[in-house]
Amino acid sequence: MNAPTVRSTSALLYLSGVTVSFDGFRALNNLSLLIEPGEMRAIIGPNGAGKTTMMDVVTGKTRPDTGEVVFDGQADLTKLDEASIATLGIGRKFQKPTVFESHTVRDNLLLALAGLRSWYKLLLATPTREENQRLDQILSIIRMEAQQHMPAARLSHGQKQWLEIGMLLAQDPKLLLVDEPVAGMTDVETETTAQVLREINKTHSVVVVEHDMSFVRALGVKVTVLHEGSMLAEGTLDQVSADPRVVEVYLGR
Amino acid sequence: MITRFLWQGMDRNLRLCVLLILAVGIALPLANLILAATNPAHVPSWVLQLFGKYLCYALLALAVDLVWGFCGILSLGHGAFFALGGYCMGMYLMRQIGTRGVYGNPILPDFMVFLNYKELPWFWHGFDHFWFAAIMVVLVPSVLAFALGWFAFRSRVTGVYLSIITQAMTFALMLAFFRNDMGLGGNNGLTDFKDILGYSVQASETRAVLFFASAVALALGLVISAAVVSSRFGKALTAVRDAESRMRFLGYRVEGFKLFVFVLSAAMAGVAGALYVPQVGIINPGEFAPGNSIEAVLWVAVGGRGTLVGPIIGAVLVNFGKTWLTGALPEVWLFALGALFIVVTLVLPKGIVGLWGQMKTRSQNRKARAPA
Repeated sequence: MNAPTVRSTSALLYLSGVTVSFDGFRALNNLSLLIEPGEMRAIIGPNGAGKTTMMDVVTGKTRPDTGEVVFDGQADLTKLDEASIATLGIGRKFQKPTVFESHTVRDNLLLALAGLRSWYKLLLATPTREENQRLDQILSIIRMEAQQHMPAARLSHGQKQWLEIGMLLAQDPKLLLVDEPVAGMTDVETETTAQVLREINKTHSVVVVEHDMSFVRALGVKVTVLHEGSMLAEGTLDQVSADPRVVEVYLGR
Repeated sequence: MITRFLWQGMDRNLRLCVLLILAVGIALPLANLILAATNPAHVPSWVLQLFGKYLCYALLALAVDLVWGFCGILSLGHGAFFALGGYCMGMYLMRQIGTRGVYGNPILPDFMVFLNYKELPWFWHGFDHFWFAAIMVVLVPSVLAFALGWFAFRSRVTGVYLSIITQAMTFALMLAFFRNDMGLGGNNGLTDFKDILGYSVQASETRAVLFFASAVALALGLVISAAVVSSRFGKALTAVRDAESRMRFLGYRVEGFKLFVFVLSAAMAGVAGALYVPQVGIINPGEFAPGNSIEAVLWVAVGGRGTLVGPIIGAVLVNFGKTWLTGALPEVWLFALGALFIVVTLVLPKGIVGLWGQMKTRSQNRKARAPA
C-alpha cells in the first residue's frame, strides 16, 4: 500500500506546513497538526487564531496556499471539494444549529444518512428497508420518534441541537469537526453537550474548536492552542495553561 | 420506471388540479365550436385565444416556480427561454408559408427577400419539418440554460448576482434579436403565419386544438414538476434552497441538482413559448424584454412561491387583471402592477395559496389555545 508519491501516515488527520493568506493576512501560518484515530482533540485560541480557517481547510471550503492535508493515511484533502471530503467521512457541525427548516425531522435525517448523493439516482430512489430501520434507530437514540413528522422549523432550540446530533450520527463520519458547540449555552446545557461528545467519541474521532475553558476542562482531552495561525502549545489543559506563552496570549499584552 | 416516477407526485389535490386543467382544456374549445353564438354558454373565439395565452403563461410561471420556489434560484430571465421556444416554433411556421408570402419565394421568408438574402441561413435548415422544430423548442432553451447554469453554478454564483446575470442574458438576447442581420426578422419578428401541420392557424378548429394542447402541456408540466419535487431529489433540492453549504458538507454536489432543475425549467418555458406563438400569431424581440421575465416572477409571487398550484393561479389571475385593466383604464395598469408588488411582499409573503394555509394554521392555533 506504500505508494511512493503519496505520504502514508497512521494518523487520521495530518496537517503539515499549512499556510493560508487572505489579502496578505496569514490566517494560518505553517500549521502542523496530527489527530490519531479514535482521538478527541480540543483546539483553543483567542479570536483570529485561525481555528475556523483550519476547519475550512480540512472540509475543503478554503484551499491552502502551501502545505499538506492528508486524511486517513492517503486522501489529499487539498485536491478535493466539500462534497468529496464529506463522502470520505469528515462531518462538520456548525456553531449555529443548521437543520433544514422546511423538512420534517425524519427527512432531515434521511438527507444526512450516509449513502445516496447523486442527483439522478435520487430522482427515482425510495428509502430502502435498511435505511428506514437506521432512521428509526437514530430517532430513538435522539428520542424524537414523536416529532419525526414535524417540520424542523417548529422545533425548540434544544430539539434542533438534538436533531443535528442525529444528523451527524446518520452521516456517520470517521472524523467529526465541531465548531464552538457551547456558544450561548447555559452551564447545564454545556455539561450535557460535553457528555454527548464523549459518547460520540466512543465510535468517532472528534475535533472540537472552543473558546470556553470550563467546557474544555469538562471534556478532559488533549488540547492544542493556536495563536496567529500556528500551534503555540499542545498537551493537557493543565499543562498548556501553565505555559507562560499561552498565559501571555490569553491575558494579553 | 418513468410511469412510477411520474406517479410518485400524484396526491389527491394534484390529481384534482390535473383533471380540472384537462376539463377546461376540453370544455372551453367545445363550448366555442359546438354551441351556437346565441347560446349564453357559447365561448367567443377571442376568449378562447385569451385563455390559451393564459395557459401558456401558467406553464411559464410553473417553470419559474420550479427553480425559484423549490431551489431558490431567482431567475429574472425566464422570458428568454419562453421567447426562444417561441422563435423555434415561429421559424417552423414561417417555413410553412411557402409561396403564399408577399414575394412568393418558395424558400425564403418575406423578410429575407426584403433584406436581399440570397439563401437560407444555416440555422433555418430543418425547420420546415415539424418534428425538428419540436425538438429545437426543447433543445435550444435547454442548451442555453445548461451553458449558463454550468458556469454560474460551478463558480457558485448565487442570489442577486445570479438574478442579474439572467436578467442581462435576456436583455442581451433582446438586443441581438432586434438586429436585422441575426436572420430572424429583426424588430418585426416572425409573423403572417398560415399553416401548422397543414391546418390553417386561423381556423377555429385549429385554435381549439392549440388550446387543448396548451392545457395538456400545462397538466404534463404540473405532473412532472410534482414528481420531481416530491422525489428524494426534490427533498435535497429544497434543502439546497434552505441551506446550500450545509448540503455540501453533507456530501451533496449541489451543482448537479441546480443544473438539472434549471434545464428542466428552461425546457418547460420553451414549450410554453412554442404553444404561445401560433395562438397569438407573432413572435418578436419584445418577448425578450426584461420586464416580461420580471412579470413572470410576480405571477409566482402572487399565486404562491414554492407551491405547485400557486403559479398557475397567479399567472391566470394577474393576466386576467392585466387584460381587464389595460382595456378599462390603460394608464392605471403599471401602477396596479407596482401596488401588487408591494401588497404581495407585505401582506402575502406566501401568495394566495399561502393565505389559505395561513388561515388554517391560525384556526388551528385558536383551537389549540381554546381548551387550555
